[in-house]
Amino acid sequence: MAQKVLDALTAKWADAIVRTGSAHGDEIVWVKRDSLLDVATWLRDDPAMAFDSPVFCTCIDWLDWHPTGRPPSETWTEDKPRFTVCYQLRSLAHHHRLRVEVELPEHDPRLSSLAGLWPAFNWQERETFDMYGIRFDGHPDLRRIYMYEEFIGYPLRKDYPKEKRQPLVRRDDLIDAPHKAEHK
Amino acid sequence: MPDQSTLKQLVLGRKDVQDLSDEEHALPPDLMTVNMGPSHPAMHGTVRIVLTVDGEKIVKGDVQPGYLHRCFEKESEHATYTQVFPYTDRLNYVSPMINNCGWAMAVEKVLGIYGKVPKRAEYIRVIVSEMSRMTDHLTCIGASAMELGAFTAFLYFLKAREWLYELLETVSGARLTHSYVRVGGVSKDLPAGFDASLTNCLERIDGVIAEVEGLLNNNKIFYDRMSGIGAMTKADAIASGCVGPIARACGVDYDVRRDYPYSVYPELEFDVPVGTSGDCLDRYLVRVEELKQCIRILRQCLKQIPAGPIMIDDHRVALPPKTDAYNTIESMIRHFKHIMDGIRVPAGEAYAFVEGGNGELGFFIVADGTGRPYKAYCRSPSFVHLSTSEQLIKGHLIADVVPIFGMINMIGGECDK
Repeated sequence: MAQKVLDALTAKWADAIVRTGSAHGDEIVWVKRDSLLDVATWLRDDPAMAFDSPVFCTCIDWLDWHPTGRPPSETWTEDKPRFTVCYQLRSLAHHHRLRVEVELPEHDPRLSSLAGLWPAFNWQERETFDMYGIRFDGHPDLRRIYMYEEFIGYPLRKDYPKEKRQPLVRRDDLIDAPHKAEHK
Repeated sequence: MPDQSTLKQLVLGRKDVQDLSDEEHALPPDLMTVNMGPSHPAMHGTVRIVLTVDGEKIVKGDVQPGYLHRCFEKESEHATYTQVFPYTDRLNYVSPMINNCGWAMAVEKVLGIYGKVPKRAEYIRVIVSEMSRMTDHLTCIGASAMELGAFTAFLYFLKAREWLYELLETVSGARLTHSYVRVGGVSKDLPAGFDASLTNCLERIDGVIAEVEGLLNNNKIFYDRMSGIGAMTKADAIASGCVGPIARACGVDYDVRRDYPYSVYPELEFDVPVGTSGDCLDRYLVRVEELKQCIRILRQCLKQIPAGPIMIDDHRVALPPKTDAYNTIESMIRHFKHIMDGIRVPAGEAYAFVEGGNGELGFFIVADGTGRPYKAYCRSPSFVHLSTSEQLIKGHLIADVVPIFGMINMIGGECDK
């Protein structure tokens, strides 16, 4: 159903798109990182697209990716992008759905924030930052949401051991963090 | 010997009103920061709000979740697909069956057996899901009413919820953490006599809903505390990602069961109630109407449920029958591999979503061909709804935080994952 969306995207944003595809009833578009904001704004505002409902935002860490039953070339190696940030969108008017994915390199995991377009992504991007350490440029309030401020590392990254424990040690330098000073 | 007023000040720690000077009479002009939570009797879950208040009025509320974070996603990446079911029970622990169904559907989607689950199993899934939706709404309304002082409504609804829990216990063996649904079907068939006991239960719940509506709908105190409180516009609700009863109260006509039909919902007839003003009262009214629709769906299910298998006939996902597992070596090995290695799901990614108690509950899975998910993400409606609460409480009084949070129905387990 949403193949129309993919066709329209390829026609209009040929330069901004890496590839498109469908999997298990979900339409996916891989967008270049620098064009994300433009493509997303168009997806929201174009009447034929009208993706007004944000669904979720998350990230996939490909560090341990050795899929069985697939050719060895698909295994993750250091020259491939390590992270994929996924934004799932839905249109109330047209009933179509789309997943926008952006691939990010290991050493510079940053992309523009979509919290300005859809307020729902404000907290979801904070969650993605908290869990995966992805930096969202232009996010109004990028700080940890589930973990405590003293927490070191990003727990959902594949190189964070599952059994690792971190005692909560108060750090004085966090007491006067800017967002806290605001409440004083 | 100090005079009378000094003594009073010494003993009580404050002066009488008439003894105050003019400056002392005035309220302090600067804003005050108050911590509400993490553990507060009027908050449904464990959540902290740092309120900046001007007298009683909220200027800013910084809502901080995360106190119930139990690493659902990290744990799931290290468990087999079947072992995740008990974890999903603990997401929204008021309606665990719906979480079970959502997870099962997501795995079925990647496996390519989506929609091939036997009819009877699908009907059973809908029955237990709708019962879970009822327990969710009963808890939400009951607890909110109690927090506003209507204790009787709470007791009536919890009584009704207990009947449903008892029935679900006969189905799954556990009162709260059911782990009942499996990939490809359900773990066991409905018990004998379930039909009659559910029919009987629904009749009694009909009565309880009428009683509680009589207690609350025309109750001046309840009405005044709910009406016009925490209102949200339709556009805001959509852009903030609100779904379920909260979005519907704002006039967003969206229900996953109707708009992206799954399971056997296309064969069932039900209405989607929609509100107009988007305030707490509308959220309450939408939930009550949904309770009635659940009863309607359940009655149709009981009439239409066919006989037949409850598990898909596919050796990749179904355990071999016990008689075979005990008597043939092939089946025993299959049983062992199934339990130890898990269901082998081919590499791929999929997002499956169901209508949960609070709205669109989704699971996003990335599979890598092994028996354990490479990534498991839960799109929890509570988390999204909680993020709107900062806007909703702004400008209201501290006492209004209670009905707003009650009607947002944040479930700590689901919100914090």
